[in-house]
Amino acid sequence: MAKLQNREALEKLRNSLQAKSQKSQKLISLCAGSGCGAYGTAKVHTVLQEELAKHNLQEKVQVKLTGCHGFCEKGPIMVIHPEGVFYPQVTPEKVPDIVKTTLIGQQLVDKLIYKDPVTKKKISHEHEIPFYKLQKRIIFGNNGLIDPTSIDDYIAVGGYAALTKALFDLTPQDILSEIKKSGLRGRGGGGFPTGIKWESCRRHEGQRYVICNADEGDPGAYMDRSLLEGNPHSVIEGMIIGAIAIGSNDGYVYVRHEYPLAVTNLTMALRSARSLGLLGKNILGSGFDYDIRISRGGGAFVCGESTALMSSLEGKPGRPRAKYVHTVEKGFREGPSNLNNVETWANVPVIINQGAAWYAGIGTEKSKGTKIFSLVGKVVNTGLVEVPMGTTLRQIIFDIGGGIPKKKKFKAVQTGGPSGGCIPEQFLDLPVDFDELSKVGSIMGSGGMIVMDQDTCMVDVARYFVDFLKDESCGQCNPCREGLKNMLDILTDICQGRGKEGDIDLLEELGMMMQKFSLCGLGTSAPNPVLTNILYFRHEYEAHIRDKKCPAGICKPLFHYEIDAEVCTGCHVCFQKCPQEAVAGDKKKPHSIHQDKCIKCGICYDGCKFDAIKIC
Amino acid sequence: MRSKIDIDWKQIDEIILRYENDKEALLMIMQDISDIYNFVPPEIVPVLAEKLGVRKSHIFSVATFYKTISLVPRGKFIVHVCTGTACHVRGAEKVMDALKADFKTQEGGTTTDGLFTLEGVRCIGCCASGPVMTVNKETHGGLDRSSALKVIENYRNISS
Repeated sequence: MAKLQNREALEKLRNSLQAKSQKSQKLISLCAGSGCGAYGTAKVHTVLQEELAKHNLQEKVQVKLTGCHGFCEKGPIMVIHPEGVFYPQVTPEKVPDIVKTTLIGQQLVDKLIYKDPVTKKKISHEHEIPFYKLQKRIIFGNNGLIDPTSIDDYIAVGGYAALTKALFDLTPQDILSEIKKSGLRGRGGGGFPTGIKWESCRRHEGQRYVICNADEGDPGAYMDRSLLEGNPHSVIEGMIIGAIAIGSNDGYVYVRHEYPLAVTNLTMALRSARSLGLLGKNILGSGFDYDIRISRGGGAFVCGESTALMSSLEGKPGRPRAKYVHTVEKGFREGPSNLNNVETWANVPVIINQGAAWYAGIGTEKSKGTKIFSLVGKVVNTGLVEVPMGTTLRQIIFDIGGGIPKKKKFKAVQTGGPSGGCIPEQFLDLPVDFDELSKVGSIMGSGGMIVMDQDTCMVDVARYFVDFLKDESCGQCNPCREGLKNMLDILTDICQGRGKEGDIDLLEELGMMMQKFSLCGLGTSAPNPVLTNILYFRHEYEAHIRDKKCPAGICKPLFHYEIDAEVCTGCHVCFQKCPQEAVAGDKKKPHSIHQDKCIKCGICYDGCKFDAIKIC
Repeated sequence: MRSKIDIDWKQIDEIILRYENDKEALLMIMQDISDIYNFVPPEIVPVLAEKLGVRKSHIFSVATFYKTISLVPRGKFIVHVCTGTACHVRGAEKVMDALKADFKTQEGGTTTDGLFTLEGVRCIGCCASGPVMTVNKETHGGLDRSSALKVIENYRNISS
C-alpha cells in the first residue's frame, strides 16, 4: 500500500472503496469474536466458502469475518445483509440449507430462525430482536459490519474522517474544548472528565506519552476486548486525535496477554495504518508525527491502576505508587503521561465527527454518551449491550437481557467488578451512570454487570472477590495485604460453618480501615464487595453464622439436599446422573438421597425437571 | 537450577533481537520464550540479564510478579479454567473440581505424565459462554463437569 499524502487522497480512497462495496449485492457477516470463535466460527466459515463455490456465488456474495456482535450467548452468529436476516448458533451442518434457501431461494430457513426465549416468538431480522432493538450502538455498532483485519473496511464506513478533521480543521485547543464540552468521562471506571485530563497533561512540559489501558482486569467484563478485536482502528484513531490535542508523538497500548486475538488484530491494524501513512511520521502530510507500540501485560490485575501500568510498561513489576504527583505530570519514564481506557478512546472519533453538542445530548446530566456493559451471569440473553447512560438496571437486565433463566428469582446484580458491589432488587429502577450507582454503595465501573439469582450465595460472592483481591494485591502496603488476608480468613470461616458472633462487625471495621489507609485504588475499593454485601444481605451472613445454614445451597458444610417425596415423579434421572450412587429409589416411585454418600456436587439438583430436590 | 531440556539458543537470541535488546520488553521476551517451552527455563535468566543489561534479581522479581510466567516446567497442555465472576456464578468451581480429581493434582499442579498443567485464570473475557476454559490457545465454552472432562479426553487422545 502506498502512503496517503493528504486528506484528499484518503477521501478518494474512501469513495472508491464505497463504490466497490456497493457492487456486491449480498454480504454475509459472520462473527469471529472470541465468544463465537469458542463455539466454532472457523469451521462454519470453511463450509460456507465451499458451499458458495459449489453454487458459483463467490462473486455475488461477500463474506466478512467480523468482530463481536455482542450477542455472544447465541454464537456463532450469522447476519445476511442488506436485509439483516439473523441466524444464531450456526453450525457447519446448517450452512448448506442457509445458502440454498436464503441466498439462492430468497426464503427464510424456518427452523433456524431465532426464537425469543421470553415471548417464544420467532424473529428473523437482527434489528427486530429485543436484545438489539433497545440498544444504542454508536461505539459498538460497526463491529458487525467490518472485518477488523481490513483497514479498507474501516475507511469505507467513514473511518479516519475524524482524524482528518482534527489534523486540518481544528487546533489542539479546539479538540480539547470539544472533548470537554462533550462531557466524556473515563470509561475505565474512574469517570474522570477526559478533556480535563488531556488539558492537564498538555500543560506539563517534556516528552509526553499517550497511552491506552487495555488491561481489562475486572472479571466479568469484556467490552474492551471486543472493541479491540472487532474495531481496533476506532481505538487507534481516538489515540491519534488525543495525541494531537495533548502534543505527543509516542504512544502505547497496554493489553492483556490473555487476549491473544485482540493482540493479533491490533498488531495488524497498527501495521496497516502505518503503511497508509495514518500513523508514524508526517501523518497524511500534516507534519504531525505519532506512533503506537504494543506492550503485553502478564496477568496482574493491579496493572490496571495507572501508576502500576506505567511501571509495568517500563519492564518492571507492576507495583503502584502513591499519587502525590499525578501521572499527567510524571508518569511513564517520568514524562507527562495520559492514560485512557479502550472504550474512552473509541468514543473520541465519534465526538469529533458528530460534534460535542450531539454527543452531550445523549445520557444524563453528568454522564454523557453511551456505555457498553457486559451483561453476564444468570441472565437469559448474555452478551455485550450498549445503552445510553441513564438506562435503568431493570431495562438492561429484563428488557434487553430477558430476565432470569429457568424461572428463578433475581437476587442481585454485581457492578463495577472487585471495586464495586452487589445491588439488590429494590434498586432495579436506578438509572445507571457514574453517580447514581455510587449512591447505593456500588459503582458503574468499567461495565461488568453480573446477574445473580436465588442460587447465588452472597457470602460466597464476597469471599470470591476477597480471594481474588488477596491474590492480586501487590503486597506493598499493610492495610491491603493484611486486611484482605484477614477478611478472607473470616469469610472462609463463615462459609465453612465456623463463623461466630462479632464476625460481621469485624469485617466492617477491617473494611473501613482499608478504605482509609490503603496505598492505591485496589486497596481502598477492595472492601466494597463485602461492605455492600453486608448492607443488603446481612440476613444471609446471620443465617451462616447463627443457624449454620447456607440458604442458596453453595457453602457445602452448611446445607444438604433432600428429595421432596410429594413432588418426585421417580423419573430416575438423578439416580442415573449421580456420580456417587447416592440416590436410591425405584422408577416411578419417590427417590431419596443417602446423605453419607452425597458429595453435594449439585448434579441432581441442576438436572431435576420437577424441582423435587430441595436445599435444606 | 537447571531444567532437563535442550535450549535452542539461536531462537532465544532471535527473540531478544526482535525486541532490540530493550529491557522494557523483558516481560514480553519471557512470554515469547514461554510460548516455546511453556515455561522460562531458569538457565536463560543469566543470558537475559547480560543481553538486556539488567540484574538477575530484577528478572526474578518480574518473573515471579506476573502470573503468565512460570520458572518451573509445565505440561504440554496448559489448561486454564476461567474463574472470573461470570463463570464463578455459573459453576466454574465444579469444572475445576472435576479436573482436579481427573488430574489428581491441585491448582497450579501438573499431571504425573507431564501432559496437563491445571491453572485458574481470572477472566478470559468470554463471559457469555461461561463456564469457559482454554487449553493452550483453544477456547472451550458452555462447560459443565462432564463436557469439560470430554474436552480433556480429546486432548489426551490426540497426544497418545
